[in-house]
Amino acid sequence: MSAIVTATDLVRSYEVYRGLFRKPGRLRAVGGISFALEPGKTLAIVGESGCGKSTLARLVTMIEQPTAGRLTLDGIDVLDPPAGTARRLRRTVQLVFQDPYGSLNPRKKVGAILEAPLKVNTDLTSGERRSRVIEMMGKVGLRSEHYARYPHMFSGGQRQRIAIARALMLQPKLLVADEPVSALDVSVQAQVLNLLADLQQDLGLAYLFISHDLGVVGHIAHDVLVMYLGLAMEQGPKRKIFSRPLHPYTRALLTSTPGMRRKYIVVKGELPSPLDPPTGCVFSTRCQHVTDLCRAERPVPRTLEGRMVACHFAEQFL
Amino acid sequence: MSLIQIENLNVEFPSASGPMRVVDEVSLSLSEGEVLGIVGESGSGKSMTMLALMGLVPFPGRVTADRLSFAGRDLQKLTDRERRKISGKDIAMIFQEPMTSLNPSFTVGFQLMETLRVHEGLDREAARRRATELVEQVGIPAAANRLRSFPHQLSGGMNQRVMIAMAIACNPKVLIADEPTTALDVTIQAQILELLLSLQRERGMALILITHNMGVVADTAQRVAVMYAGEIVEERSAVDLFAAPQHPYTAALLAARPECSEGGPLATIPGVVPGPADLPAGCLFGPRCAFATLRSRKDRPALRDWLGGRVRCHYPLGDATRNARIKADQPVAEATP
Repeated sequence: MSAIVTATDLVRSYEVYRGLFRKPGRLRAVGGISFALEPGKTLAIVGESGCGKSTLARLVTMIEQPTAGRLTLDGIDVLDPPAGTARRLRRTVQLVFQDPYGSLNPRKKVGAILEAPLKVNTDLTSGERRSRVIEMMGKVGLRSEHYARYPHMFSGGQRQRIAIARALMLQPKLLVADEPVSALDVSVQAQVLNLLADLQQDLGLAYLFISHDLGVVGHIAHDVLVMYLGLAMEQGPKRKIFSRPLHPYTRALLTSTPGMRRKYIVVKGELPSPLDPPTGCVFSTRCQHVTDLCRAERPVPRTLEGRMVACHFAEQFL
Repeated sequence: MSLIQIENLNVEFPSASGPMRVVDEVSLSLSEGEVLGIVGESGSGKSMTMLALMGLVPFPGRVTADRLSFAGRDLQKLTDRERRKISGKDIAMIFQEPMTSLNPSFTVGFQLMETLRVHEGLDREAARRRATELVEQVGIPAAANRLRSFPHQLSGGMNQRVMIAMAIACNPKVLIADEPTTALDVTIQAQILELLLSLQRERGMALILITHNMGVVADTAQRVAVMYAGEIVEERSAVDLFAAPQHPYTAALLAARPECSEGGPLATIPGVVPGPADLPAGCLFGPRCAFATLRSRKDRPALRDWLGGRVRCHYPLGDATRNARIKADQPVAEATP
C-alpha cells in the first residue's frame, strides 16, 4: 500500500538571537529525519523534551515549513503543491493535543466546536452539519445530549474524546497526536487508547503518535522512531526495538520507564544544549559505552537486525 | 513503634451544599526507614492526606483525626509554633512541579540556606558550607556556582534536585515526595527516583511516595496504600499487591497499564472517579465495579484486615467464598461506561 506520509531527510533549523554582539546561533531542531507511514499504521515518535519530536509534528501538520528535505502527504508534495490542492492537503492531516483542558474553547458548546471545521471547509447546511456531528459523537463514545454542553462540564477523558472527534470531522487520513494521553489518569488513559485503536481499525487512519511514555508506545505503535537532539537514534518495527534495543539511548529509555525495568541503566547528566551539540555522536556525553571514536565521529545511520540504528557499536547488544 | 500514626483522618471543605469530605477516615502508619507508596488517581485524596499531616491543608479546609502523631507526639495538640519546628525539619515534603515550588525571585542557594538558618540556626558562612555539601550530595555538578543560580537558569531535573537538597537539609526522619517525577523526562525520572532511594537507604529515612504511576511504586515501595475517592481501599506489601491484588479497583488499575498489555484492547474501568459532591451510596467503587451487588449499593464496606494487609471490599479477590456470596447478594453488573 502506498504511504500517506513520506518524509525524506527533513530538516528544520532556527536562527537564535544571542545578543547584539554575537553571531546568531543555529539550532537544528530536526536534523534530517526520514520515515514513511502507511494507512492503518501507527508510528510512535519517542524522545525526551527538547529532542525535536514536537517540531517534527509541526512540520508534518504544515504549521511550519521544513528548512530542507522532502515531505509528501497523500502523494502530494507539500513544499510545492500543485495548484488547487492546498486545501485538500490541509484536510488530510489533523491534530490532537496533549492538554484537553487547554485545547477546547471554554466559551463554545461542544456542538459548535465540532461543527467549526465543517463550517469552514464544507458547504453543508446546518442540519447536515448537525447530523454529521452527532454521528461522530457516537463514534467516539459521547452521547447526543452532550451536543449542547460546554467543555467544562466534561471530565478529562471525555474532553479528549471531544478533541479526537473534532480532529476526525473532516475525515482526515492522518492523525498527529501529540502526547494525547499523558494528561489523563491510568484508567481513563486506557479508555482513550482503546478508542484510538478502534477508530484506526474502522477508519483506516494512520497515526503519528508522539509520546515519552514507552508503556503507551509499546501498546499502540507499529513502528518506533527514537529521537535525540533532533536526530534519529533508532528506528524500525516496534517488536524488534522493544524486544532487543540496539542503541544505548533506547536501552536506557526502556529501562528507565517505571515498571518496565529489567536491569536498570541510569543515564548520566542531562540533554546538552541543542545550540551546541556534541561534535561526534550526539548521545556521547551521556552514553556509558562511549569511546574516543564516538566523540570524534558522528555515526551514520545503518541497517542492523531489521531496524535503523545510529551507533558505532550497536553490534555489542546483539 | 511507628514513627507516624494516623487514625481516622478526615479533611473536609465547606461548600454551599454542606461539607465536602475529600479525605475520609484514613488510617496509616509508617515505621522508621520504611518506603510507603500511596497510589491513586487525581482527586483520590492522596496529596490532601499528606498535606494534613504537614499541617498545610489550605483554608477553609478542616482537619479532624482520632490520632495524628509523629514519634509519639500528638501533632494536633501542638501550637502552630511547635508544629512548624517539626514540619520542614523532621517531616519534609517535595512537590510535583519543582519550577513552581521554588521562588523565582531568589537564588536557589538563598532558598536552601534559609531552611538551614531557620531550622538549624546556622550562621551565614556555616549555612553556605552546608548548602554546598547538600547540593553536591544530590548530584548537582559545580555546586558552589549553582548556588548562585536562579531557578529559571536550571533544568527541571536540577530544580527537583535542589528541592530534594532543601528537604533533606535538616536530616528529616520522614520525606514525603508528592509526584516527584511526574513533570520530568524518563531518564531524569529514573535518576531522581534512584537518588531518593539512595538517600533513604543511607540515612535510614522513611519515604512516602505519592504517585499515580503503578510502575514507580512497583520499583520503589515496600508497602503500598491504594486510595480511591478519599478512602484507602487496599493496603499491603508491594510484592503481594502486585502479585495478587485483593480489591477489584487495584486489580483493574494494574490491568489498565499499557505496559502490561499483550496486544488487543486494554482492560478499562468504566466511568470516572466520583467527586466529593457526587459520592455514590454504599461502596464508592460500586458503580464502576464488575462485581458490585445489591449489598455493595447499600453498605459501605469497612477497611478490614485481610491476608496480611487491609482491604475495603465485601468480596476481596482472594476470598474462596466470594463467587457464591456475590451470587447470593444479587449482582448488579450495570457498570456502564
